[in-house]
Amino acid sequence: MSQYAALLLAIPLIAAFAMPLFGLIGKKIRNSWAILTMLATVAAALILVWEVLTQGTIIYAFGAVDPSLTIPFDSGGVPIRILFVIDAMSAFMILTAAIMMFAATLYSISSESEQTGQDGYYALLFLLMAGIFGMVSTGDLFNFFVFLEINSLAGAALAAYRIKGGVAVEGGLKYAFISTVSGLFFLIAVGMLYGQYNSLNIAYIASVIDFTGLSLVAVVLMIVSLAMKSGSVPMHFWTPDTYSSAPSSITALLIVSSMASLYAIFRIAFSLFGLTMNVVTVGWVIIILGILSMFIGVSMALPQKDVKRLMAYHSVSQIGYMLVGLGVGLAVLGDQQMLAQFGVVAMEGGIFHIINYALYKGLLFLIAGAVIYRCGTANLNELGGLGHSMKWTMGFFIIAALAIAGIPPFNGFASKLMIYESVFVFNPFIAVIAMVVSIMTLASFVKVFHSMFMGPKLPQYETVKEVPMPMLIGMGLLAVLIILFGLFPDLVVNTLVEPAALALIDRSGYITSVMGGI
Amino acid sequence: MDFTATLVTGTGFWNPIIWILAFLITFIVAYLIWRSGVSTYQKGTEQVKPYLSGNAEPDKNAVHIRGGNLYWGFTEGLKGYYSRLIPLHTGDLNDYMLWYFGVVIAVFALVVIFL
Repeated sequence: MSQYAALLLAIPLIAAFAMPLFGLIGKKIRNSWAILTMLATVAAALILVWEVLTQGTIIYAFGAVDPSLTIPFDSGGVPIRILFVIDAMSAFMILTAAIMMFAATLYSISSESEQTGQDGYYALLFLLMAGIFGMVSTGDLFNFFVFLEINSLAGAALAAYRIKGGVAVEGGLKYAFISTVSGLFFLIAVGMLYGQYNSLNIAYIASVIDFTGLSLVAVVLMIVSLAMKSGSVPMHFWTPDTYSSAPSSITALLIVSSMASLYAIFRIAFSLFGLTMNVVTVGWVIIILGILSMFIGVSMALPQKDVKRLMAYHSVSQIGYMLVGLGVGLAVLGDQQMLAQFGVVAMEGGIFHIINYALYKGLLFLIAGAVIYRCGTANLNELGGLGHSMKWTMGFFIIAALAIAGIPPFNGFASKLMIYESVFVFNPFIAVIAMVVSIMTLASFVKVFHSMFMGPKLPQYETVKEVPMPMLIGMGLLAVLIILFGLFPDLVVNTLVEPAALALIDRSGYITSVMGGI
Repeated sequence: MDFTATLVTGTGFWNPIIWILAFLITFIVAYLIWRSGVSTYQKGTEQVKPYLSGNAEPDKNAVHIRGGNLYWGFTEGLKGYYSRLIPLHTGDLNDYMLWYFGVVIAVFALVVIFL
């Protein structure tokens, strides 16, 4: 039995708590420990993903004699242990998080090198990652809440870490507050399900669920709370405040954190409730949230003058694409003909967009961080002419900006094409909005490109030079993946995305993977 | 693993390799046409200096068009929309929570009505 599921959590947790000890020995030892931890976690994640893709769903029961023993002999047929259920959808999310962890940690080694309190910084970074890995791996609702809290507290502390005259503290506080409120109402919803079904295990509840009035309240609370945590309109207001004030490498990881919340919405909608609820209504609720996020996000981004606030509003906009793709899949889940005709492709487009979005949006935030690192400002009215001195950063920006705008042959085009074409069959009006939003996104990033990189070399940035090598490697890795995912979309879809979409649809398979392990 | 496979989207398809080949061929044709023209550019001469009708070149900071100046017409044209949208972003946590509870109530009502 594979132990990588346990290592995925154990490595970052142990490393996080050991970080202050290594910090006492010296800066180089602490940095080496951080890189070693990152490499070990990423290696465990990649091996785990490989095992899931080749062998199928992996179940790991913590504390059991045999980790595949999900239901103890004396538990009355109810799975009671801490349980990881890693199917293709979870594996997809683990891969996304691992790639971003690699890039952000490497980037931090340079970007944070002149800052104080790095022991706490790396400790919190690994706690944040442990929370994300736990959220996308667990098969238990209460454990999900625990990992959500770990992730939220570490994320809030990191967002506020650099204080910035109180601005970052405000951003961190807002993140902590909205995370706590969404976590609290999620926990209330979990209590409602526990009160009815005497279990916290997703597969078990799914196997016995009867869509009562209390279940209805639970599903609404869960979806809306997680939508706020993922930054969906009209609960997106915290994203520009937090994303713009956090260190850029942390903003890239907060993106993954919001993706983990988005994953939870889909896990709850597809695997927990599935066809027991009115999927058309819930699907349309998700689609409406998606349309609002797409349009309001991009229209708020256009007039922004702070590059990180602008990018934060684009994050809101991009989340809309994923909500629309998977919302359409959910809305037609009960109709096999429509599901086969366009529903599965819409879901694949939405899921493919998750990893694409994490790559290019993560890269864009790292680029913004690189510019701030060298110029000391995020104000687009003060920047200019950096293309003369930061050629690599400018090159990475062009790749990421074209990808987010959905320009071929980059990765954003492939996933957006899948969403446009499938959603067009469902409702042409939504597809047209999605395309208009893409045009506005391109316009917005033309503005950023011109403001930051074009124009004559300004006297105040005469001495500016390219960022250090670790930051370039972190950004370069993401840029290379954006190109590769764009050049070989069919390979990515067939290997990673399609199995993930089918895993979400296959509710009975999810239940059997846990309940069949007696 | 087929690296040249076409992505099928149900109603369409996308093959980036063919697209890149087509792009490269177009680029090469355009380059050949451009190259066949007369070259008058001479590096390091007066030609490379900005020509401003005989006026002295202004300060670099005065020449660069800032981000805040871009899309002024767009936001001005949609003033009615933006004058309502931007004030909603108050930065006040109390308002964030009101929106959250408002959405909970709205979604709950929708799910009950269309049960």
